[in-house]
Amino acid sequence: MSTATVPVAGVSAWDRVRGFRPPSRYLPVLATFALFVGLFGVGGLRYEGFADPQVFLSLLLDNAFLIVLAVGMTFVILTGGIDLSVGSVVALSTMIAAKTLDMGWSPYLAMASVLVVGAVLGTLMGLLIHYFDIQPFVATLAGMFLARGLTYLISVESISISDSTFSQVAFSTITLPGGYYTTWTVVVALVAVAVAAYVLARTRFGRTVYAIGGSESSAMLMGLRVAAVKVGVYTISGFCAALGGLLFAFYTLSGNSLHAVGMELDAIAAVVIGGTLLTGGRGLVVGSMLGVLVLGTIQTFISFDGTLSSWWTRITIGLLVLVFVVIQRVMTRRQS
Amino acid sequence: MRKVLAHQLVWPVLALVVLLVINVVATPSFFDVRMQDGHLFGSLVDVLRNSAPVLLVALGMTLVIATRGIDLSVGAIAAIAGAVACTYIVGSDEGAAGTAIVASTTALGVCVLLGLWNGFLVAVLGIQPIIATLVLMVAGRGLAMLVTDGQITTVNNELFSDLASGFVLTLPVAMLVALLVFGLTALVTRRTALGMLIEAVGINPEASRLAGVRACTIIWTVYVFAALCAGLAGLIIAANTNSVNANSLGLWIELDAILAVVIGGTSLAGGRFSLTGTLVGALFITTLEKTIPNIGIPSEANYLFKAVVVVAVCLVQSPQARAALRVRRPAPLVAKAAVS
Amino acid sequence: MTQMDLQPPDVAEPAATTPVIEMQDISITFGAVRALSGVGLRLFPGEVHALMGENGAGKSTMIKALTGVYTIDGGTIRVGGEEQHFSSPAAAQAAGISTVYQEVNLVPNLTVAENMLLGREPRRFGGIHVRAMNRRARETLDRLGIEVDPTSTLGEHPIAVQQLVAIARAVDVDARVLILDEPTSSLDADEVAKLFTVMRTLRSQGVAIVFVSHFLDQVYEIADRMTVLRNGRLVGERMVADTTQLELVQLMIGRELEVLERLDREVAATSARESGAPVMKALGLSRKGSLEAFDLELYDGEVVGIAGLLGSGRTEMARLLFGADTADHGELHIRSERRRLRSPRHAIDRKVAFSSENRRAEGVIEDLSVADNMLLALQASRGWLRPIPSGTRQRLVTEYIETLDIRPPDPQALMRNLSGGNQQKVLLARWLITQPEVLILDEPTRGIDIGAKAQIQQLVAELARRGMSVVFISAELEEVLRLSDRLVVMRDRRKIAERPNDDVSVGDLLEIIAGEARTQQEESRA
Repeated sequence: MSTATVPVAGVSAWDRVRGFRPPSRYLPVLATFALFVGLFGVGGLRYEGFADPQVFLSLLLDNAFLIVLAVGMTFVILTGGIDLSVGSVVALSTMIAAKTLDMGWSPYLAMASVLVVGAVLGTLMGLLIHYFDIQPFVATLAGMFLARGLTYLISVESISISDSTFSQVAFSTITLPGGYYTTWTVVVALVAVAVAAYVLARTRFGRTVYAIGGSESSAMLMGLRVAAVKVGVYTISGFCAALGGLLFAFYTLSGNSLHAVGMELDAIAAVVIGGTLLTGGRGLVVGSMLGVLVLGTIQTFISFDGTLSSWWTRITIGLLVLVFVVIQRVMTRRQS
Repeated sequence: MRKVLAHQLVWPVLALVVLLVINVVATPSFFDVRMQDGHLFGSLVDVLRNSAPVLLVALGMTLVIATRGIDLSVGAIAAIAGAVACTYIVGSDEGAAGTAIVASTTALGVCVLLGLWNGFLVAVLGIQPIIATLVLMVAGRGLAMLVTDGQITTVNNELFSDLASGFVLTLPVAMLVALLVFGLTALVTRRTALGMLIEAVGINPEASRLAGVRACTIIWTVYVFAALCAGLAGLIIAANTNSVNANSLGLWIELDAILAVVIGGTSLAGGRFSLTGTLVGALFITTLEKTIPNIGIPSEANYLFKAVVVVAVCLVQSPQARAALRVRRPAPLVAKAAVS
Repeated sequence: MTQMDLQPPDVAEPAATTPVIEMQDISITFGAVRALSGVGLRLFPGEVHALMGENGAGKSTMIKALTGVYTIDGGTIRVGGEEQHFSSPAAAQAAGISTVYQEVNLVPNLTVAENMLLGREPRRFGGIHVRAMNRRARETLDRLGIEVDPTSTLGEHPIAVQQLVAIARAVDVDARVLILDEPTSSLDADEVAKLFTVMRTLRSQGVAIVFVSHFLDQVYEIADRMTVLRNGRLVGERMVADTTQLELVQLMIGRELEVLERLDREVAATSARESGAPVMKALGLSRKGSLEAFDLELYDGEVVGIAGLLGSGRTEMARLLFGADTADHGELHIRSERRRLRSPRHAIDRKVAFSSENRRAEGVIEDLSVADNMLLALQASRGWLRPIPSGTRQRLVTEYIETLDIRPPDPQALMRNLSGGNQQKVLLARWLITQPEVLILDEPTRGIDIGAKAQIQQLVAELARRGMSVVFISAELEEVLRLSDRLVVMRDRRKIAERPNDDVSVGDLLEIIAGEARTQQEESRA
């Protein structure tokens, strides 16, 4: 973590270093990147085969859905909100896909309906939050219950997916030079990150997201379209959760109401570890992706080790969240 | 003030009554209570017994919410408490009554530490409660698994098991414990000045500071209390199955507890709280969970109904929704500005 | 309520003839409160127009009426000769009327350029053209002579620079009218000078500027004309050059009719002062950006009145004496022992009490009962484990409800349902119950009816007679003169005068506040 905190002593040397300092808004992301590289490096030194590029590619492959979730969550958290419903929406999406395919719908119609349901759910929560001033945490809690309840209503049992298009997407690989391979789900996740990064950095919608996170009342007084954007981020998050659900369906080839329990916590943790301020206004979507990769690396680390038990993942994630939250708190306090 | 209080409780009580009526219509024997082996049995007794964990967690949550806070980590704390107790029982003289007592005390002691930790993050470091307690929410179940070594630990201890399924004076122990804590909380908050000071801090922190209230101590107290209640709930849940599964024990109980508090009429914005309201809220939730299979819907679908309840309660409490029903003037922005 | 002789408001004619803004006969009511009645404002291109008035005079309401934040109940607003009613600040901005508030309404986490152009960024291929945006921001900043890097993050700059950026944002839309609502209240002298340079540049470009400030010197330095409001009414429109500071202060504060009988002050207090040691003594107490170093001694049985305009530092002084803000420098002695007040709690333990001017935000706990509100401070100092016995509770509450004549006389009534005057009395009771030796009252009679006002004044006199040391802060000079044994005058965040209250007239006090007697004061101090 020493990369995030800057040494205070060393006057003249520090002044010279100062000239090369990247803008402060990139510091948290650089810290996360350093953390990721560091973890990967240590893994490579300690375990045989850890440094293999395919391990990295598997990291992406195993966490593609989580990356998409974290992208949507980043939008919401940047406005100072939170979305607890994403885990349940993932489960609902797998279930809708499985059920509609089971009923003989075309796979494309099934996918489209999943995405529409996710976006509509998100929009509804956004409307509650903005127009009725209900805390995001409570409104999305209702969304979480609703989505999970709908999942059970469709089927209490697990439904497997045998549609050929779905299994094709799931199993077909893209061969990369050097004998490495990846899958289409990874491409989808990376495209989602790229699109989100562009929207956040280069569109009025994106800049308004940051403005609302900085100060909602100011954004209002500056004449920005606060209502549309505030509802919009929940639509995006709902859409991303549904897309993540589809990727999860490709990954597991089943619809199950017990899928993705607690996954919203992973998404939130990834966003926080990616350097996004939980109070809103600061953060990059690339950071959230790196956050997911850090989480994935910790998991890989533990599975490579063999002596460490799986619960260390959660404990380590909790510790990382703590460290980032406390550092953020100290930094915002110093500013004010 | 009595009028206001009555007014606050009218809706939750009415909702509870409606649920009970639905149950009686679906199963006419719902209200039947019979005596067997000197214990009371029946659906109503079940509801009371099953509501114990939610009620306990919700009591702690009520006080936390009254200070403008929230505690998301209670589920994880419940799991840790269960894990500590069960692991201790398995590791020493498993059947002895003394073991159960020491185990439970140790578990609650650990909970006090966890509460102190949450309170430290909120009161001293000044981190937003929802974020501060998220840390333990994420890491807590990992810690619980660390304690149980990832196993589903099964215990065989009569006294411990009695905590959930035992009877005293024909009544279930779990219910008595929850009611005892309810009574004590009511007594402590209303007979000492704690309740008033909690409300003062929740309603107007700055005015309270200028009046010399030590908000730090108050906030710390409520988080420790919330953790303690969660621990007790965890023990009851573990005792109910005579085992602990760190992954699932108390899963989502924090959300049920928050729901109970909100149904009971305590505003999430902090301030005035109603412990009786929370009691009604907890009973409502447990009755709801009982009602759904009773009227022939898969019990897992109770989440759907909880969602409807959350939205309904929030809309009823939302000034915007109320204003929308009345004349649309002044506009929301004006209303806010005029108040400040 | 102040009743004043209503002469027709003075009218000052500027050089230009067609006003860009003309507000006539504007009225606004909030519930039962009439915030503005029959107020007008004329604004001409190329002028700096000061909007003057004490707290509650209606300046902010007037600005919000103009910019569409509030809907007006009566009157007309003309912009460029045409009648207009804006539905939102955005609509007003589209018509060329921009507002910059005291608390900078920008977002600290984005860059300077983004803050200037958010919502109207230049675009290319559907996305924001960052380089064009930075270039345009730099052009505007250069035009105004503001030196700041458009690509830097706004939050890294001091408030003064942020304020300038806010102005740059406002004028980037080709503003015809720029409203500056107390822009200088957190700036130091150099920063104010920079702001004025920018304002002069804009004025020369034909922009009409509305300037709200509490600092008279600044108004005289920059403004051409002014409109003065008092209690939601228009009391005058003047050319700044033709109005002395004394006249202005008189217009702003007014003279209250002698509805209240002058209370007989007993001489006991003065004798106490001669014999005893001070109960509280401040030596060079100061706080950066809030109050310059001051000395003050408070004695038992004496009322010290603090006079000064809003923003003069009168409230800041009270807060330092109570530990509500912590002092950077200086010493505070209570009963001859040096104390550091790090929080209100320390002050309360030393028997100091403070009732804030901001009753709503810093005084009442609206959703608690009258009884709880009264006992809060005493209970807080006992800690939650030692509740006040119910017998004592009841005795204290009934006693104070009776003594202070609180209505309704119901201890369980919710505080939010009481009138302002009765809330104020409950807050007084809260502090009297702690039996303080020093009682600091900041504007205890503001916004309450005349009956309650008289009662509170009588109470203050009575408390001092019984030996309490009272600090009494009020914007109403008559009130300060009627009650005080000693007067302290504040101006521009400095204590500028202190004298015994023997035959000081309202006129004398006005002169000191207006600063015309300042040089004399400084001589006498030296």
